[in-house]
Amino acid sequence: MWNPEIESMPREKLRELQLKRLKETVDLAYQNVPHYRQKFDQMGLKPQDVKSLDDLAHLPFTVKTDLRDHYPFGLFAAPLKDIVRVHASSGTTGKPIVVGYTREDISTWAEVMARTIGMVNTTFEDVVQVAYGYGLFTGGLGLHYGAEYMGATVVPMSGGNTKRQIMLMQDFGTTVLCCTPSYALYIAEVFAEIGVPRESLKLRAGLLGAEPWSDAMRREIEEKLKIDAVDIYGLSEVIGPGVASECLCKEGLHICEDHFIPEIIDPETGTVLPPGRPGELVFTTITKKGSPVLRYRTRDITLLIDVPCACGRTHIRMARVMGRSDDMLIIRGVNVFPSQIESVLLSISHTEPHYLIVVDREKALDTLEVWIEVSEDLFRDEIKGLEELERCIHNEIESVLGISVKVKLVEPKTIQRSEGKAKRVVDKRDLPKKQEG
Amino acid sequence: MAVKQISVFLENKSGRLAAVTKLLGEKQVNIRALSIADTSDFGILRLIVNDPDKAHKALKEGGFTVSATDVLAVAVPDTPGGLAPALAVLEDAGVNIEYLYAFVAQRAGMAMVLFKVNDTERAAAALTKAGFSVPKPEEVYSV
Ligand SMILES: [Zn+2]
Repeated sequence: MWNPEIESMPREKLRELQLKRLKETVDLAYQNVPHYRQKFDQMGLKPQDVKSLDDLAHLPFTVKTDLRDHYPFGLFAAPLKDIVRVHASSGTTGKPIVVGYTREDISTWAEVMARTIGMVNTTFEDVVQVAYGYGLFTGGLGLHYGAEYMGATVVPMSGGNTKRQIMLMQDFGTTVLCCTPSYALYIAEVFAEIGVPRESLKLRAGLLGAEPWSDAMRREIEEKLKIDAVDIYGLSEVIGPGVASECLCKEGLHICEDHFIPEIIDPETGTVLPPGRPGELVFTTITKKGSPVLRYRTRDITLLIDVPCACGRTHIRMARVMGRSDDMLIIRGVNVFPSQIESVLLSISHTEPHYLIVVDREKALDTLEVWIEVSEDLFRDEIKGLEELERCIHNEIESVLGISVKVKLVEPKTIQRSEGKAKRVVDKRDLPKKQEG
Repeated sequence: MAVKQISVFLENKSGRLAAVTKLLGEKQVNIRALSIADTSDFGILRLIVNDPDKAHKALKEGGFTVSATDVLAVAVPDTPGGLAPALAVLEDAGVNIEYLYAFVAQRAGMAMVLFKVNDTERAAAALTKAGFSVPKPEEVYSV
């Protein structure tokens, strides 16, 4: 553990610290950022109305478009002379989202990154190869500063150039690899292709993130690279990587709660949901000085796990991100995320299943059907076996979603693919389009 | 001893069986025996062909979900009750039969029956010892 005092802090003390910092941040945002002041004024709120952590639920949300609308520096809470670095997210449309870091923010980031890197028991004796992209994207520099702060030996490779990555991995004795999970798999393929003897590597762990992945993919990476692979989570709007990361228990990512307060909300109503219920992840930064955000809606779907973790850390965990809130379906009043169904299928099949979720309405009642293509992996030469498979998928989905479902086994290539990617949901109900927000 | 059977997953809708036979016909694969087990939604088509490897490859390339399964062929007299003694032998040997079906073609008053059992080796040994003819795979493929 990089910072045992904080990471295993009693929750009562942690909450006290959070409240103190939340009040400071709300005050800072209100005083220095016109956008926040305006929103508070409109709602008749004053910073001193925040008296307990529960009051957070009364504060206004911040959404991606708020950040985009104030391009480039409109949401900064510190004057530009105090901003020592900017990062930007790659906007798919139009202007990017820009975040500014004060000197203090940069050290906060290095601290939370060191905790992330420390999740796999990394010390100053490790050689950490950073294969995330360097630049405006927060991945490369985030990991870099964290590893350097810890005192590890940093190899700032950035992405690509795989054969060179592998050569340096062998020559420098890299022990920890930081990259996206898909790149880790690609490296494993190249290992096999050029025949790298495993003994020539000291690699023991991977800090993988910046894209969605699954436990099936983790198993594959761990088997092929013979490492521990943990999930790391972050987004530049909040700070970059370092927001949350998995310990070696690999059962959810610990959130650095002394810097970021998480909430899970119903994406439709905005209501805060209790731990264990899936919904949209919302973050409030409580120490950032450059670009603080209040109740930032990440659009990522996950759930919070408030059961104590075997590793001894007291900070709450979030489950692996299950999908995007934009993908949510409401079936018979229940929020359903396609990713919940996907994870059930992944747990049953060894390979990525092709499936289709068909939602329809019969006599004013919503119906849910899940079609699954029977791959060789799932195929049994006995009706009994196939019926058992059908029943197993059916029961698992029902227990996860809490609503009834019809499972249909279909032949390969039944489900339409567009541009190589399968369409996952067909909603035949005639529902009004969701408002873009 | 084991005969290679090709099993294909099919949805229970019209034209699927025809699609398989057409594809195999185009690849010059001859079907020696077939059986279908199904529910209201899907079925398993089981085939004995003259060239199992070729059929497997062709069906897989044709986008079907295919698997190969070992089954046992046994020649029994084509008379009423002709199958019963063979079943008795298997039961005595403690072999479980998962399913069975018969060849359409027959030779010299004998019917050929295909057994899917939990232990092909043991079943073959018991049947041979009891005097049943257990044809070699090559013989079965070319019936
Ligand atoms: Zn833990």
